[in-house]
Amino acid sequence: MPTYRIASIAALAMALLAGPAAAEDAIKIGVNQPLTGAFAASGSYVVNGAKIAADEINAKGGVLGKKIQLVVEDNKSNPTEAAAVAEKLITSDKTPVMMGAWGSSLTLAVLPKLEEYEIPMLVETSSSGKITTSGNPFVFRISPPSALEAEAFAPMVEKLGVKKVDFLVINNDWGRGAAVDFGKMLKGKGVQVGLTETMDAGAQDMSAQLAKIKGTDSDTLMITAAVDQLTLVFKQMAAMGVKKRVVTTGGSQNPDQILAQAGSAADKTMHLTTFLPWSPEKTPDPKATAYFLGEWKNRGYPFAGSTESFRGYDGIRTIAAAIEKAGSTDPKAIQKAFWDVSFIGLNGPIAFVKAGPEGKESGQSKPGVYLIEIADGAIGEVKL
Amino acid sequence: MDQFLQHLVNAMVLGGAYALLGIGLTLIFGIMNVVNFTHGALYTFGAYAMFIASTALGLNFFVALPFSIVAGLALGAAIELTLLRPLRGADIDTTMLVMIGAGIILQSGTLWIFGGVAKAIPSPFPDAPLTLGSVSISWLRLFVLVAAAALIALAYAMINGTRLGRAMRATFQDSDAAALMGVNVRFIYTATFALGSSLAAAAGALLGPVYVVFPQMGDLAAVKAFAIVILGGLGSITGAALGGFILALAEEFGAGYVSSGYRDAMGFLIIIAVLLAKPTGLFARAERVG
Repeated sequence: MPTYRIASIAALAMALLAGPAAAEDAIKIGVNQPLTGAFAASGSYVVNGAKIAADEINAKGGVLGKKIQLVVEDNKSNPTEAAAVAEKLITSDKTPVMMGAWGSSLTLAVLPKLEEYEIPMLVETSSSGKITTSGNPFVFRISPPSALEAEAFAPMVEKLGVKKVDFLVINNDWGRGAAVDFGKMLKGKGVQVGLTETMDAGAQDMSAQLAKIKGTDSDTLMITAAVDQLTLVFKQMAAMGVKKRVVTTGGSQNPDQILAQAGSAADKTMHLTTFLPWSPEKTPDPKATAYFLGEWKNRGYPFAGSTESFRGYDGIRTIAAAIEKAGSTDPKAIQKAFWDVSFIGLNGPIAFVKAGPEGKESGQSKPGVYLIEIADGAIGEVKL
Repeated sequence: MDQFLQHLVNAMVLGGAYALLGIGLTLIFGIMNVVNFTHGALYTFGAYAMFIASTALGLNFFVALPFSIVAGLALGAAIELTLLRPLRGADIDTTMLVMIGAGIILQSGTLWIFGGVAKAIPSPFPDAPLTLGSVSISWLRLFVLVAAAALIALAYAMINGTRLGRAMRATFQDSDAAALMGVNVRFIYTATFALGSSLAAAAGALLGPVYVVFPQMGDLAAVKAFAIVILGGLGSITGAALGGFILALAEEFGAGYVSSGYRDAMGFLIIIAVLLAKPTGLFARAERVG
């Protein structure tokens, strides 16, 4: 009997120890995304993409012999909340590395927390230039900043015959930054820049701005906004008879959703995007793209979301690669290892080059940027 | 001049929807004295009802619209019966907190059921706009303006011309006296809240097809509704209707000729200016003293 009792106490003790030990064993990665609020749809897609990557990595045995575990928190599309979420992930969940925070204003709000706690963060979506130029050595970005997008668009400007451009941008760091960076590039190419109109993140009626734009002599309107607002802009442009060449920037356009919701109003609109799910064979790593799109479909997510979610997928793969290279889960080692990451992502090679002030450089990867067009109900790359 | 006319046309369409929102809220906030934080959620509800009716239920657009308005009426009645009726006589803070909670539940419920991806409601009108000279307006927006005007006229006639309307006005002037005269006061409370709610749902159902439908669409709408009610004077139907158009004109011309970045600020600047001159709003209801 005594042996039996000792054995059961031992078993109980083992069970108690094993519980936390198993959780401790997983490598935690913080994910800071908007799951409610204005950007809920996009943030949820990114998280679902991230989960595909985590499951794929864990199925192959994890990283450093351990499973990875995503700690997902909702920043409510609100910069104040984004900073609070970062603080919570770092201090309470003890995540040694994070991914976030979708929007530029959300990411910028998190930056001081990274410096305060010395935790690296992979930025998957934001495109404001400020993120990698403000001298924060804990930032590693795989999405293109507006300046890089503008640079990729530069050779197309002449071929499209762009002479004068108006801007309609979302009134935040992302939109205003895009207007500045594209404006600079266009002026450098001798293209005139006319109006720069802004719209609030939640605004639904842009008819006043469009009435103004309708009256200018510009041939092209460049728009920076997320999918829902773009849909509204296109519908309202059609309703008011605004006829200009349209090029959108920012990579959160979700062309399939635009096509489904704006219909003919979106016809002949062009979009700068960083992923080509419509022709997987043309992507830099067709096998990985096919796997990702297949898994995305298996999980019952709409195809339209893949232009957003691939960033979450690549983001987690990049973080896993950095942890592997670091050989430990020490934030400092991971930060250092990010510089050595090099693999082919779904939209081009992921490798970080230095950006920003010397001595405090942030990492910036240079993904592919493509110009696509919605024409006659189909989406295709623009051949120039 | 062309641009001016286009701005004016835009403002009229927007103003019609604002007026509906404002009238709905002035009934509840201005007359019933309930600080209604579910107004934005009811606007969203109307839009989603329209979405379900015209897609999942496959109803015709013109059938789906009254369906959504009636659905809003029913939800409003349900909120009044379950939340407000037990709280009658409770202090304003308690009611306000309960309404804030109800608003959060409705919005989060919508997000839970439908997800955050915006939905589009198909419209039966041609995509090509109606063009008169240099001014273009979509057929859908024109319909929204006409429908809003009709609903405003209907609400006005109901409140000022029917027995029910008279009973409503009597109840909120002095519910004891009205009860003594044989008015079923409990029914009037429910009816007024339901009517106000149905107008919010109507605004959502009308604007849903113009814009897109998403769970947070009611947030800005609610802020604007409160502004319109205060601008027009608490409890004044005429004030709310006019306030809606004034706000729309201020926003449209502010964005068109001053700065689009301050579009929403323009409306509120006008409101501050009006309130400085007339602190009780444009058409203040005479307050009963004692």
